[in-house]
Amino acid sequence: MRNRQLSHPPVSPGVFEPRIVAFFCNWCTYLAADLAGTSRMKYAPNVRVIRLMCSGRVDPQFVLDAFAQGADGVLIGGCHPGDCHYQEGNYKTLRRYHLLKRVLREMGIEEERFRLEWISAAEGDRVRTVINDMVEKVRALGPLQLNGMTEHVPEEVVV
Amino acid sequence: MTEREQNLRQVLQEGAARTNTESVRRRITIDPVTRLEGHGKIDIFLDETGQVERAYFQVPELRGFEKFVQGRPAEDMPQITSRICGVCPTAHHMAATKALDHLYRVDPPPTAKIIRELVYNTFMAEDHALHFYFLGGPDFVVGPDAPPAERNVLGVIGKVGIETGRKVIAMRRRWRELIALTAGKSVHPVFGLPGGVAKRVTPEMQKQFQEVAADGVEFAKFTLQLFEDVVLKNTDYVRMILSDTYTHRTYYMGMVDDSNRVNFYDGSIRVMTPQGKEWKKFPSEQYLENVAEHVEPWSYVKFCYLKPVGWNGFSEGIDSGIYSVAPMARLNVSDGMATPLAQQAYEKFFSTLGSKPVHHTLANHWARLVELLYATERMTELAADPQLTDTTIRVLPTEKPREGIGVVEAPRGTLVHHYVTDENGIIQKANLIVATQNNAARMAMSVEKAAKGLISGADVPEGVLNRVEMAFRAYDPCHGCATHSLPGSMPLLIRVRDQSGKTLATLRRDFDGSVRRD
Amino acid sequence: MTPTKPKVAFYWCSSCGGCEETVVDLAEAILDVVAAVEIVFWPVALDFKRADVEAMPDRSITATFLNGAIRTSEQEEMARLLRRKSELLVAFGSCSHLGGIPGLANLFNRELIFRAVYLESPSTENRDRIFPQPRYGDDGRTLSLPEFHNTVRALNQVVEVDYYVPGCPPTPRILRTALQTLLGSDLPAKGTVLAPDRALCDECPRKDTKPETLSITECKRPQDLMIEKQTCLLAQGLVCMGPATRAGCEAPCIHGNMPCTGCGGPTSRVQDQGAKILSCLTSLVGSKDDAEIDRILNTIPDPLGTFYRYGLPGSFLRRKIMSGTEGPH
Repeated sequence: MRNRQLSHPPVSPGVFEPRIVAFFCNWCTYLAADLAGTSRMKYAPNVRVIRLMCSGRVDPQFVLDAFAQGADGVLIGGCHPGDCHYQEGNYKTLRRYHLLKRVLREMGIEEERFRLEWISAAEGDRVRTVINDMVEKVRALGPLQLNGMTEHVPEEVVV
Repeated sequence: MTEREQNLRQVLQEGAARTNTESVRRRITIDPVTRLEGHGKIDIFLDETGQVERAYFQVPELRGFEKFVQGRPAEDMPQITSRICGVCPTAHHMAATKALDHLYRVDPPPTAKIIRELVYNTFMAEDHALHFYFLGGPDFVVGPDAPPAERNVLGVIGKVGIETGRKVIAMRRRWRELIALTAGKSVHPVFGLPGGVAKRVTPEMQKQFQEVAADGVEFAKFTLQLFEDVVLKNTDYVRMILSDTYTHRTYYMGMVDDSNRVNFYDGSIRVMTPQGKEWKKFPSEQYLENVAEHVEPWSYVKFCYLKPVGWNGFSEGIDSGIYSVAPMARLNVSDGMATPLAQQAYEKFFSTLGSKPVHHTLANHWARLVELLYATERMTELAADPQLTDTTIRVLPTEKPREGIGVVEAPRGTLVHHYVTDENGIIQKANLIVATQNNAARMAMSVEKAAKGLISGADVPEGVLNRVEMAFRAYDPCHGCATHSLPGSMPLLIRVRDQSGKTLATLRRDFDGSVRRD
Repeated sequence: MTPTKPKVAFYWCSSCGGCEETVVDLAEAILDVVAAVEIVFWPVALDFKRADVEAMPDRSITATFLNGAIRTSEQEEMARLLRRKSELLVAFGSCSHLGGIPGLANLFNRELIFRAVYLESPSTENRDRIFPQPRYGDDGRTLSLPEFHNTVRALNQVVEVDYYVPGCPPTPRILRTALQTLLGSDLPAKGTVLAPDRALCDECPRKDTKPETLSITECKRPQDLMIEKQTCLLAQGLVCMGPATRAGCEAPCIHGNMPCTGCGGPTSRVQDQGAKILSCLTSLVGSKDDAEIDRILNTIPDPLGTFYRYGLPGSFLRRKIMSGTEGPH
C-alpha cells in the first residue's frame, strides 16, 4: 500500500507551496545547481533534488511514482544534446519525455507539471530561472488532486 | 460505528419505516439465483393474502464497456470487447471483427470468411454442449425434483455413465483446442482483423477440424437422443415444458441467411410476431430503427424492446415490444436449418410441440440441441471446403474509417456491436447490445410468472426454488455454465420476512444438498 | 482417521467469467482437483448472504481464488469477508491482480459511465433520465443495488493478498501449477506471482528472430500489414508488450500471429508495467530531433490504452485525475 507522502515544505500562510521533485544529472545539471548554490543565487526552495549519473537513468516509473506520492511537478535536468557523458543517454530521455508527457496529459496531469531542461555545468543561473519559472507555473495550477487515492483505504461499512 | 455507517443505517431504517406505513408486505429474496454475467438476485414480494404481487429480477453488475472503449483504436475492439464475457468471448470477438470490416469498408477474402465461420461454429457447438451437460441438462437428465446434490454434471455422469461423462469432457476439450489452434486462445481469441483473420489454416489443421467435426456430429446426435430418451419420453417433463408457468407469447428475433435459415455468423435479422408472422426482416445496419433499450432504476441491465412497437411495461403480446432471442427464437424466426440432420431435428421439434412459433421457454433446451447438431454439421461442411487452406486470408483496408456495425448470433442471442470512429480509427462512440439484454425483459417476466405460479403464502416448498431457477436458466444467461458444475446444487436461502424485518420462515438449501427449514 | 481435505473457494467480482472457464478447462484434470480438495465455494454457485459466510470460522478456507476487479460496494464487502475467512487469498487473473480491462474505466468516472450507458447510447430510450439507484422504492417495495464506485481497484488495493495467478485468463497450466504449489508444503514468499519471473520474450517462439537492437521509425497497426508468422513482431514494426510482460503463458497470442497485449503483468522487478514498455519503446526511437521524435511516437495511436490495457488500476497513478472522483467511491 502506498501510504508514503512527501512532507509538506514550509508554508507561507494561505499560499500553496508546490512540491517539485527534480532529477538532475551528475555531470551537468547537478553541478550547475551546485554552482548556483555557491554563487549564493536565491531561488524557490520547493524543489527536492535527486542526483543521478545521467538523465537517461530517469525511468518513467520514477516520474509516475513521484506524482503518485504527492509531487505537484517533476523536473528532469540533463546535459545538452551532444554533450552527454554517456554519449546518448540524454537522447533516450528526450524520447521518453515526449511520450510520457502525452500519457501524463491523458491521465489528467497538465503539461506544465512535467518538464525537461538541458542545463550545462556552467549554467547556474539557468537553474535558478528554470526552477523559479516552474514553481510559479505549478503554483498557478494548484496542487495535484489525487483525490485521496494514495491514502488509507476506508473502513468496511457494516449495515 | 463510524459516521458513514451511522448515516447508512439511518437511511435504511428510514426507508424501512416508510415502507412499514404501507400495508404489510412479505418479501422473499433469492440471492443469488442467477448466473448472468455478474451476480443476479430475485426479490419476490407477497401481498397480504400471500400471493406473489411482484417479482424483480435485478442485475447488480455494470462495468461500462461502452464508455471506456472511447479513445481506444478500433482494431483493439475484438480483444477488448471479448472481455465482456469469458464464456462467449468468441461471439464478441466476431461481432467486433465484422464491425471492423464494415468500418473500413473491406470485404474479407472467401478463405477468411470460411475460417471465421468454421471457428465460430466450433465455438457455438462447444458452448451449447457445455450449457446442456453442465447447466440446463441436469434439471432434466437427473430431474428437477432429484436431490439437489445430484442436479449437476456429476449427476448427469452418474445417469449416463462414466464413459459418456469422459466423452463429454473430452469433446469439449477437443473443440476448444481447435479454437485455440486457429484463434490463439479459446478464452479471448486474437485472430480477428478488419478484412480477414491473422492466421491461416494449414492442411494439417484442416485434418484435425475434419476429424473433430465428424465426431462432433455423432456427439450431437447422441445428445439429442439422450434428450429424447430422458425428457421427451417423460410425460411429467413434457407437461412442465408445456405448462403455462413457463410460457410467454412474445415476439422473436434471430439472424437468418437469404433462404431464411438459421446462420450464426452472418445474415439479416428477422423478427416474428407472437402469432408467427414475419414482422420485419432487416440488415444489421438498420438495428437502431428497430431495437431500443429501456432503463429501470432497480437494475443495471437495460431491457430491449422493438422500437416501432413500443415499450408497454413487462407484458407480452402483439402490443408489447418485448421479444426473445436465442435458440428457440432462432428456430421460430427461421424457415428451416441449412444442414440435413438438423433440418430433420427442426421438423421434429415443431411437430412435437404442436405449433410454430413455440412459446414455451423450457423448449430452449431442445432448440439448443437442434442448433448443436447444425453447428457440428456446418463445421463438417466448412472443414471440407478446399478453399479453407488457401493463403489469402486478409485484405488490407484502404478506406478511411467512420462507422461500422457488426452483428452475429451469440449462443444466447443476437449481439450487436456498433462503433463510430474518427479518421484515425479511434473509437469516439460505441454501442453494444449484448445478447442476453434482448432477453432481459422476458427473463424478468419469466421469473415473476414462475414465482406467481409456484409460490403461495409464506410456505415455500423446496422444489419451488429450483423451478423458479429453471425459468431463468432456460435462457442460458451468460455465466451459468462454468459455475454449476461440481459442488452440488446451488445453495439458496429463501427468507420470508415482513417489512419490519421480522423473519417469518427460512428455507435453506446448503451446498451439500441438504435442506433445512428453520 | 482420514485427514481432512483442504478447503478451496473460487469467487468472482467484476469479472467476465473467463477465469472460471480456465477452471473448467482443466478438463479431465479437474477430477483430480476435486479428489484432492473440498471446494466450498464456486463462483455464484453458493448463496453468499453475509450471515452464512460469516458463520464459517475465520481462516477456515485454506485458499480462496478470487478473480475480478473491485468495482462495487458488494464486491468490496465480499473481498473483505473472504479475506477474513481464508488462510490464503489468491488474486486470480488480471482483473484482481492489476485491475484488468475493466480498469480502463479509470479513465472516466461513474457519472460519465452512467451517462454514456443510460442516456447517450443511441439505442437507449430514456426520456425520464432514469439511472439505476442504490436504493429504490417502487410502490412501497424497497429494492437495492450495490453502489458503483468511481474507481476500479485491484484486489490488493482493498485487502492483503497472499499470491497472484497472472493472465487474462490464466492458462490451465498456470492454474494447475498454482494449485499444486499452494496445496504443497513449500509455500513461496508471500506476494509471489505464481509464474516464471522473466519476460515473455524468453518464452516466445520467435525468440531467435528478435533483433539485437531496433531503430523505430514508425509503429504499425495490425491491420496495416500482412503479419509474417515467424518473425519477431516488434521487428515487424508492431507494438508488442512482450518485453514488459511476464512469461508463463507460453505465448498463445504469438502463436495466433498477433502481438502480446500484456495480460500477464510485469516481472517482479517492475512496478508499473505501462511505464516500462513506454521506456523500452521510446528508447528505441530512431531519431534525435524533437519534431521527428514526435512524428514517430504519434504513430502509436493509443499509448495509454495499449500500455495499460490490463494494469491501469495497478499502476502508480491508478486512475485519471479528474473532478467527480473523490475517494474510491
